Amino acid sequence: MDYVLLTEQFLNGFQLGIILFLMAAGLTLVFGIMDLVNLAHGSMFMIGAFVGGTIAVVTGSFVIGVILMIPAMLIIGIVVEMTTLRTLYPRDHLDHVLATFGLILFFNEATRLIWGPEGLVVPLPDFLEGSVALGAITYPVYRIVIIVVGLLVALGLYVLVAKTRIGMLIRAGASNRTMAGALGVNIPLLFSVVFGIGAVLAGLAGLIITPITAAQIGMGEDVLILAFVVIVIGGIGSIRGAFIASIVTGVIDTMGRSFLDVFLLLFLPENAAESAGPALSSMMIYILMAAILFFRPQGLFPPKGAR
Amino acid sequence: MLKKLLGTAAALTLLASPAAADIKIGFVTTLTTPVAVIGKDMRDAVELAMEHIGGKMSGEDVEIVYADDEFNSQKGKQATERLVLRDDVDIVAGYIWSNVLLASAPVVLNANKILVSANAGPSPLAGAQCNANFFNIAWQNDQTPMALGELLNQQGVKSLYLVAPNYAAGQNMVAGVERTFKGKVVGKDMTVWPSQRDWSAELSKVKAAKPDGVFTFYPGPAGPAFIKQYQQAGLEGVVPLYSVYTLDSISLPLFQKAGMETVLGTKMTQFWAPDLDNAANKKFVGDFRKKYGRYPSFYAAQSYDSIMFIKSAVEAVSGDVDNIDGMRAAMEKADFDSIRGDFTMGNNHFPIQNFYERTVVKDADGNWTTAVGKTVLTNHQDPYASQCKM
Repeated sequence: MDYVLLTEQFLNGFQLGIILFLMAAGLTLVFGIMDLVNLAHGSMFMIGAFVGGTIAVVTGSFVIGVILMIPAMLIIGIVVEMTTLRTLYPRDHLDHVLATFGLILFFNEATRLIWGPEGLVVPLPDFLEGSVALGAITYPVYRIVIIVVGLLVALGLYVLVAKTRIGMLIRAGASNRTMAGALGVNIPLLFSVVFGIGAVLAGLAGLIITPITAAQIGMGEDVLILAFVVIVIGGIGSIRGAFIASIVTGVIDTMGRSFLDVFLLLFLPENAAESAGPALSSMMIYILMAAILFFRPQGLFPPKGAR
Repeated sequence: MLKKLLGTAAALTLLASPAAADIKIGFVTTLTTPVAVIGKDMRDAVELAMEHIGGKMSGEDVEIVYADDEFNSQKGKQATERLVLRDDVDIVAGYIWSNVLLASAPVVLNANKILVSANAGPSPLAGAQCNANFFNIAWQNDQTPMALGELLNQQGVKSLYLVAPNYAAGQNMVAGVERTFKGKVVGKDMTVWPSQRDWSAELSKVKAAKPDGVFTFYPGPAGPAFIKQYQQAGLEGVVPLYSVYTLDSISLPLFQKAGMETVLGTKMTQFWAPDLDNAANKKFVGDFRKKYGRYPSFYAAQSYDSIMFIKSAVEAVSGDVDNIDGMRAAMEKADFDSIRGDFTMGNNHFPIQNFYERTVVKDADGNWTTAVGKTVLTNHQDPYASQCKM
């Protein structure tokens, strides 16, 4: 086995996992604390990419784009929560699905009207282009940056949730919303803040992946599906679970894509291996999810005291 | 009062039913989803063609009914069914995607109507499933990559890595290169289409395989994303990238806007280029640029050609579009001024034509476009024609 390639593929998987984590963290908070199925989380991913990307193109600085995207997404998230989602909390999950699916259509069409159908290409500053040698492997600088940024965000979220007062309220909300409300926690305000944080994280994920994939209408939907898989595996409402499940999912998906066809060649004819490889590798994470649902329906790391 | 009411009613009736056209052409393309940018280019070209012919073929009024396939074979089939059954169009044209065309073609052909593909050229319709009423005005999927394989041989490329999407056209493109490329294929990755937009795993494998060249095919907005990642992975300038249908007049302005100079000089093959020297092409490219302020893509060129091709058939039957046999006979002659210059229709109703080398360059005004180079394949027919019993 080629260790250089193996390490590189592990880094690729880790980087995919980081993007999934940024999506899943917000999704799991919103689902776990607010009990809201939010399909429009993928739209936040897309809006972050377009808004931040536009700022980056206009100002000529990707870093400014990232910095200004944060307050922009916080405001957009809070506005969406206050105008649309607030009325949905007492309703059941099917109504959430219907309404947030409507939001997806709305945001996709709005993006098409504002930016046109061709999407947005965001250039990187020179110091983030190209690759750098890490021992025997060379790896794109920008993908290393994504990994570092993701780890910092994960650390920041850990501190926020575990060490601060607002984190305490979030945890209280996650384990028992009614009781937290009865004890005087301002639940509507808490929900707005949580949704805003989720929107910022999703927007950040969308924006940092944009220099790699280019911003597209509907770009969030495929990531959203993976993010749902992640929160089911990790346990709904758990940031720690989301982090570990994201990395596991990212690495398994990437390893499957890179080595499964070679592996299948050992006992299948070339043609069959070539077509079965991609099909099977895209199924692997769903097989993992099914297995975890069977043995541990509550996920790997459900939050303490969750209902 | 009564007069006024009657007048209003009459005006409303006029609004509701515009003067029925004599000839209706259904045109299926993608008008929504991110790839709608291709459909827009095609529609713009059809509109330009209609302007050039004054909205008439053989003196009859022509109406184009556009339909959206939503980048999905089932939706494309439904759109085709609506065109054939509800709108009762005389001819159906368009189709970007091979999988959409394969799903939709039986609908048109079973209704005994003529179908003209303006882009998709999947192998089944060129071979065993060829049909008297089906014509392709672009190319068979394998042909352009076959030309590219030939170009690779000429460039002295000995080992090649293939990365392409796993759907009908992607498989044809890869098969096409493998048909003519004489060196060794050191690796092949077929990726999930259209959802996969990050090729980190595949590019790492390319790096480890150290080939002389990489062949790729990513139509629409996926192309720029792939090329960007290729650069970021440090492969650019190390392993030359060869592509078909990936760098076009839709993606090049995006690269130019992002200042990605390294794309300049990239080579590809195609049956047409904006600077191909013939009168019909000069008129088309010149007027397209004047009207829309950008270069037409090959999708646009083929769509424009489709309308001119249909016009030549309608004129041959003096506007009697119910004369299917007459139209078919005219289409087999392909007697019109094509934007690609002269070509003939093969026995399977796919073009027999030249394929040229194209290189990405800056034009006189600094716009990024492609320049046509030497002829790689002359009067080339696709490899499936012999399987067509027609």
